[in-house]
Amino acid sequence: MIGVELRLLLRKRRVWLCWALLCALPTLVAILLATTRLAPPPGRGGAFLSAVVSNGQIFPAAALALVIPVFLPITVAIVAGDTIAGEASAGMLRYLLVRPVGRVRLLFAKLVSIAAFVLLAVLFVTVVSYVVGVAAFGFGPDASLGGGGSIPSLSGVELTPADVAFRTAATVGYLALCMLALGAVGLFLSTLTDSSLAAALGVLALVVASAALQPLDAAAAIEPYLPTAHWLAWIDLYRDPILWTDVREGALVQLGYVVVGFGAAWANFGTKDVTT
Amino acid sequence: MIIATEGLTKRFGRVTAVDGVSLRVPAGVRFGLLGPNGSGKTTLVRMLLGLVHATSGSIEVLGEPMPRRASAVLPRVGALVEGPAAWGHLSGRANLRLLDAAGPGRARNRRRRVDEVLEQVGLGGVDRRPVRAYSLGMRQRLGIAAALLREPELLLLDEPTNGLDPRGIQEMRALLTSLNEGGTTVVLSSHLLPEVEALCTTVGVMDRGRLALTSEIAALQAPTGRILVRTPDPAGVVGLLDGQVVGRSGDLVTVTGTDPVSLNARLVRAGVPVSGLVEERRTLEQVVLELTGAGSDRVERRTGSGGSGSRGSGSGGPGSGGFGSGGFGSGGTGPAGSGPVGPGSGGSGSGGPGPAGSGPVGPGSGGSGSGGPGPAGSGPAGPGSGAPGSGGPRPTGSGPVGPGSGGSGSGGPGPAGSGPAGSSSAGPCSGAPGFEGSGPAGFGPPAAGGRR
Repeated sequence: MIGVELRLLLRKRRVWLCWALLCALPTLVAILLATTRLAPPPGRGGAFLSAVVSNGQIFPAAALALVIPVFLPITVAIVAGDTIAGEASAGMLRYLLVRPVGRVRLLFAKLVSIAAFVLLAVLFVTVVSYVVGVAAFGFGPDASLGGGGSIPSLSGVELTPADVAFRTAATVGYLALCMLALGAVGLFLSTLTDSSLAAALGVLALVVASAALQPLDAAAAIEPYLPTAHWLAWIDLYRDPILWTDVREGALVQLGYVVVGFGAAWANFGTKDVTT
Repeated sequence: MIIATEGLTKRFGRVTAVDGVSLRVPAGVRFGLLGPNGSGKTTLVRMLLGLVHATSGSIEVLGEPMPRRASAVLPRVGALVEGPAAWGHLSGRANLRLLDAAGPGRARNRRRRVDEVLEQVGLGGVDRRPVRAYSLGMRQRLGIAAALLREPELLLLDEPTNGLDPRGIQEMRALLTSLNEGGTTVVLSSHLLPEVEALCTTVGVMDRGRLALTSEIAALQAPTGRILVRTPDPAGVVGLLDGQVVGRSGDLVTVTGTDPVSLNARLVRAGVPVSGLVEERRTLEQVVLELTGAGSDRVERRTGSGGSGSRGSGSGGPGSGGFGSGGFGSGGTGPAGSGPVGPGSGGSGSGGPGPAGSGPVGPGSGGSGSGGPGPAGSGPAGPGSGAPGSGGPRPTGSGPVGPGSGGSGSGGPGPAGSGPAGSSSAGPCSGAPGFEGSGPAGFGPPAAGGRR
C-alpha cells in the first residue's frame, strides 16, 4: 500500500504544482534581489536575506525562511487534507477498504506519503535555491576558483562548505518534521470529513490560530506547545557552535503532534462507518 | 451458507436503516436483492463488507464472522458498491494495477490478470485515456473488472447494470451467469426487476430496512390458480362459467381454475369464441410492489384529513399479470359495475390510496369491481363513490402473498348489489390482470373519494 500511495502521490499534477510554486517564490526573490541589489538591512526582512547578496550559498536558508511561515503550510494542508477525504469523495475509499487494505495500514501509508511530500518539498526548495542563489550571487567574496568559499555563520564565524551542507541537511530534516506534524493533524481532520477543502482549511486555521497566540503574553503558558512555536528554531543551526536546545525541544513537540495526530486519526477512522 | 446474517440492525442516529435482517444466501446461487430506494439494500451490502459497522446482530460471510475476520474474508470477495469509482487521472489499466497492488496477495501475473478481467468486461482494447474521460458505461465495466480481479468466490454487486446499454446489460448477464456456473456466488441488488428476473435464481425483497421476503424466483412465479380468457364475447364466458368468474375487463375475463386445457375445451364446446387463454402468473414486479412501500425518495404532501393516504396516487395495483393490458386502473370513482355483469368491470382499480394498496398480490382479486365479487347480475352498482380502498397506506404484508387471495383487498366492497355506497371499492389490484401487459396499471388521479 505504501508503494501504491507514493506512486499515486507522484502522479498527481497538484503535487507537482505545489512543489513548483514552492520553488518559484525563492527564485522570484532571488531575481528581484539580483537585479535591484536592494537587500534588506541586517536585522530586518527575512532571515539571512541581508547576507545573501554577498554570498549565494546561504540562499537556501533564506529561501526556507521565506516559505516556512505561510507557503509551505498551505501546500501541506492541501496534500494532507486530501489524504482520506479525497479518496472518500472520489469513492475509492470503499474500494481500498474492501480490497482489503486495513484501516491502520491505509492511514500509515497516507502518513508516509505526506512525509514524502514534505521531505521532497523542503529538499526541492533547498536544492533549487542553492542553484539559483549561486547563479545570482556567486560563491561569496573569498571563493576560490571553482566555487566553495567559506560562509559566514550568524555568529560571525566562517563555516566551511561541508559544515554548511551538514547544517542544511539538519535543517531540511527538522523542517520536514515540523511540516509532518502539521500533516498528521491534517490526516486526522481528513478522516472527519469527506471534503478535502474543509480538512485543508482546518489545518490552516490551526496555523493561523497558533501564530496569533504565539506573541500573546497571556498565552505564555501554552506557547511552547503551539505547533508554530518552534518553526524558526532551525535558525540556531546556523550559529556557531550550534544551539541545540530549541531545536531539540521543537523536535519533541513536533513528534508529539505527529503521534497525537496519527492517534486521533486512527481512533476516529478505525471504527468509522464508511458511507461514501 | 455464503452469507448468513442474524438479526442484523443498523441505526444512523434515529433512522433505522436496516432492521433485524436475517439473510441467508446459499452457495452457488444468483441472488437478487430488491427493494425501493432507501430500503436498506446498500447499507446491508456495506455491512457485509465491513464498511459500516452493525448496531446489533451478527454477520458471517464465507463462513467467517465479519467484520472481525475481514482480512481473511475480503480477499475472496469482489464488490461493486454504489457505483464504480476510480482514480480519475489514471487510465483504467493503471487503476486496476494499483488497486491490485494496494491489497494483499502476490504481484505475480498482475499484468496478465488485469488484461484478462478487462477482456472479460469488454474493455480489452482500452487505451491510455484517463478514467475521467470514460463514459458511464465504461466506468461501470471497469468497476466490474475491479471486482473480478482476484477471482472471488463471492461477487457482491450493487446495481451492476447501471449505465449500460441493452447490449451491455446482455453481456453482463452472460458474464455473471458464466461466472456463476463456474462456482461463483453472485449477489446483486437492482431496481431493474426484469433484469433480476432474467438473471437471478433467488430473490430477497427489502422494505424499510426489513427483509420482507426471500424466495426462489420459480416459486414466486407459480400459477395463481386463475386463468385469463380473452374473448370477443365476454358475456358468453360469464354466462357459461357463472360462479367461476372473478373479474372482467373489456374482452378479458378472469376465471378461477387451474387447467386451461379443459377450460378451453369447455368454452369451445359451448361455442364461445376464445382468442387467448393463459394461466395467470405473478410477475416479480407485482410481488415487489406488493411487499414494499414507496421508496424513501418519494415525499408525500401531508394532508390534514385524517384519512390516511388520501392522496391515493393509486397505481391501481400492479395489475399486469398474464397477458394483456389490463384495462383497470382507471380513476377511482368510475361507475363501477356498470355492466350488467356482476363482478363489475374489474376496472375501477386505483382510486385506492397507496400504491399497491394492501391488496393481495394476487391477481386482480376479483374484489374490485363494485358490488363485490358477487356473481353476475349484481346490477348496475351505484355510482361508485370510489370508496377508499383500504384507506391506509398499505399495511405491510397484509395482502397475502399467496395467489388467489381473491378478496378485494381492503375496503371490502359490500355484498352484491351494494347500493351507492358500496361500489367501486377501488380494490387495489383490482381489475383482472390484462393481457400481455405489465406495468403498474394506471396511476389513478388523486383518488377521488379516496378519503374516508
